[in-house]
Amino acid sequence: MTQEESPVSLAEAPTRRLNMIEAINDALDIMLERDSNTVILGEDVGYFGGVFRATAGLQKRYGKTRVFDTPISEGGIIGVAVGMAAYGLRPVPEIQFADYIYPGLDQLISEAARLRYRSAGEFVAPMTVRAPFGGGIFGGQTHSQSPEALFTHVAGLKTVVPSTPHDAKGLLIAAIEDNDPVIFFEPKRIYNGPFDGYYDHPATPWNKHDGSLVPEGYYSLPLGKARIVREGSAMTVLAYGTMIHVAEAVLREKGVDAEIIDLRTLVPIDIHTVEKSVEKTGKCLVIHEATRTSGFGAELLALVQERCFYHLEAPVERVTGFDTPYPHSLEWAYFPGPVRIGEAVDRLMAV
Amino acid sequence: MADRPAKSGKPRGNLPPLSLHVPEPQYRPGDKVDYSGLSIPPAGAQPRPDESCAPSETYPLCTDLIRVLDDENRAVGPWDPRLDAETLRRMLRIMALTRALDDRMYRAQRQGKTSFYMKCTGEEAVSVASAFALADDDMVFPSYRQQGLLIARGYPLVEMINQVYSNRADRLKGRQLPVMYSARDFGFFTISGNLCTQYPQAVGWAMASAIKGDTRIAVSFIGEGSSAEGDFHSGMTFGAVYNAPVIFNIVNNQWAISSFSGIAGAERTTFAARAIGYGIAGLRVDGNDTLAVYAAMRWAADRARANMGPTLIEHFTYRAEGHSTSDDPAAYRSAEEREEWPLGDPIARLKLHLIALGEWSEEQHEAMDREVAEEVRASSKDAEKSGILGHGMHHPFKTMFEDVFEELPWHLQEQAEQAIRERRIKWPNWKE
Repeated sequence: MTQEESPVSLAEAPTRRLNMIEAINDALDIMLERDSNTVILGEDVGYFGGVFRATAGLQKRYGKTRVFDTPISEGGIIGVAVGMAAYGLRPVPEIQFADYIYPGLDQLISEAARLRYRSAGEFVAPMTVRAPFGGGIFGGQTHSQSPEALFTHVAGLKTVVPSTPHDAKGLLIAAIEDNDPVIFFEPKRIYNGPFDGYYDHPATPWNKHDGSLVPEGYYSLPLGKARIVREGSAMTVLAYGTMIHVAEAVLREKGVDAEIIDLRTLVPIDIHTVEKSVEKTGKCLVIHEATRTSGFGAELLALVQERCFYHLEAPVERVTGFDTPYPHSLEWAYFPGPVRIGEAVDRLMAV
Repeated sequence: MADRPAKSGKPRGNLPPLSLHVPEPQYRPGDKVDYSGLSIPPAGAQPRPDESCAPSETYPLCTDLIRVLDDENRAVGPWDPRLDAETLRRMLRIMALTRALDDRMYRAQRQGKTSFYMKCTGEEAVSVASAFALADDDMVFPSYRQQGLLIARGYPLVEMINQVYSNRADRLKGRQLPVMYSARDFGFFTISGNLCTQYPQAVGWAMASAIKGDTRIAVSFIGEGSSAEGDFHSGMTFGAVYNAPVIFNIVNNQWAISSFSGIAGAERTTFAARAIGYGIAGLRVDGNDTLAVYAAMRWAADRARANMGPTLIEHFTYRAEGHSTSDDPAAYRSAEEREEWPLGDPIARLKLHLIALGEWSEEQHEAMDREVAEEVRASSKDAEKSGILGHGMHHPFKTMFEDVFEELPWHLQEQAEQAIRERRIKWPNWKE
């Protein structure tokens, strides 16, 4: 645990073992209870409780005007959320899959992200757009994408990706409480358990992983703070979401003493933690599942090059998905799994 | 090179080949304009259903035209709002003030005092009468041609001009294109340059008001051109689904820059008729008839406030001037259109109505015109003391980086430092 987390005294809080969906549901439940301005809207989120069950039971508990189904209209969902936020509510719209978020881009990029700036603070859009993202569940090209770089490129949006149930709950509460619009991408491959990258291994449930120890009640993890998953000296690994668990498994197998950093928030990024680590290790590996060209990895490489160049002992390595749509049958050929990561680790270790 | 032939269908008997229809306006530059074919129903002939009626009762009105002021300048029929003369004079004055501001700001742009301006000439009744029909705390989600509404709500002219000049006193810190006002305390939502985005936002605001058991309603305005946006459909759908207390306005001023209303679908049906497909109330109103606009807006506001749901209002009007200072309408439409427009000019019509009532005179009108011009001149001079665009009297450099987020993150802090470093090189004598 990093120092920044200690003020919330999580150590003493009683914990329960939750999977990521349960942790997200818990966070939403707590925020609906604490703040009557919190409302949840989205396709199938009401009576049914969401296609991934993230909002299960919430409409029953808080009523139809706090948790409700919407028309199939992502532009409309995000557009009305902007208006609700301008009124003074804290809407938490769910986009059923990140792949469906594009009709809402104008409302996010031109509106939510810029309300505060263009009105000089008169109107703000404190809203958290939740969306399951990433592949690995045979979702084909329309249920597998990782579009985070579209949002990190936009001035005025924050982008958050949790990698454990513990972080998902604390980060989601922080996102809802934040007074700026936040894009909250949930890696759906790890909703039910951490994933080591071997699609043919039996799935591991969350209850075998420390990240599933979720404190009861209210707590938040600050946005803009990374988590050092594992300290090490051989290289720095920068990743987020599902790829944290894949990287951990690969480096453990290879016996490489890597320092793995879970960025958690992509914008604003915790540059201090990144710099400190790369200065210590002298090597850096960037991993994401999204397509390669102009991906967030390009930003990470540029930052490390600009700010840590004189500490680098090897070229910065980047492991990503390929620049193709996410293929259905060849999903595991696309996924940046142990082989692709392993090769990059070997290249770095050979320098 | 294309790897597929562009035309691959087989002949189908004696069917003629398909052909594409691209709408074309009736008149282009130099053409003689004749609007006698335009159907203008007589004033006073349109029925006025109760505000709590079923939406379907309004549907005949979606293809009719609600009119109150007749050819003899009398207020007639069931939609006559029966406003007192003092209220009519106040509306007239604010419409004249709006036009005077537009004229002065247009000239200021030509004099190089700012980059851009948009007039609402000929459309003053739409925004001013709406302001009078709504409660002052109802939230308006405007487009860029409702400056009359802001003026009617008492927003200081000098603040508007500061915004147009993007000067040191501009409350929006010089960040927005001229006329993209924002005035929260006056119930005026920050204007976006992206069209129709405010429709779903207005619905969201209205839904929030309903969730909270508030009494305020939301009111949004777009032009007929942007009714083609996807946000129009999502706004209307959400408004209808949740019975939101919202009024959707389409200001049909016939032109979207150079594209006539037919390019937005006007050849097929009216814009008000869009209401029918969503099952909400719809009204089509003579947008140059101040009394008719007031009556329609008041009807919709009373309906929304009584939890009877949304109304779509088409304001049938004419954009008398260019789209903006960057536009030259002489390049695409006949100059005669403005003079021949069969529904006249809203200010002239209200003036003649007041004169017909014996409540106004040409002399009083001329005096009022002089007064509003002087009011605008004085406000303009006042604003110029805080600077005009491009003459250095803008907001301090570091404000460029504020309000991107609530708190300044490290990367913007670094970029702000760079901007100030550059300033010392580019403008060494700069004083903040």
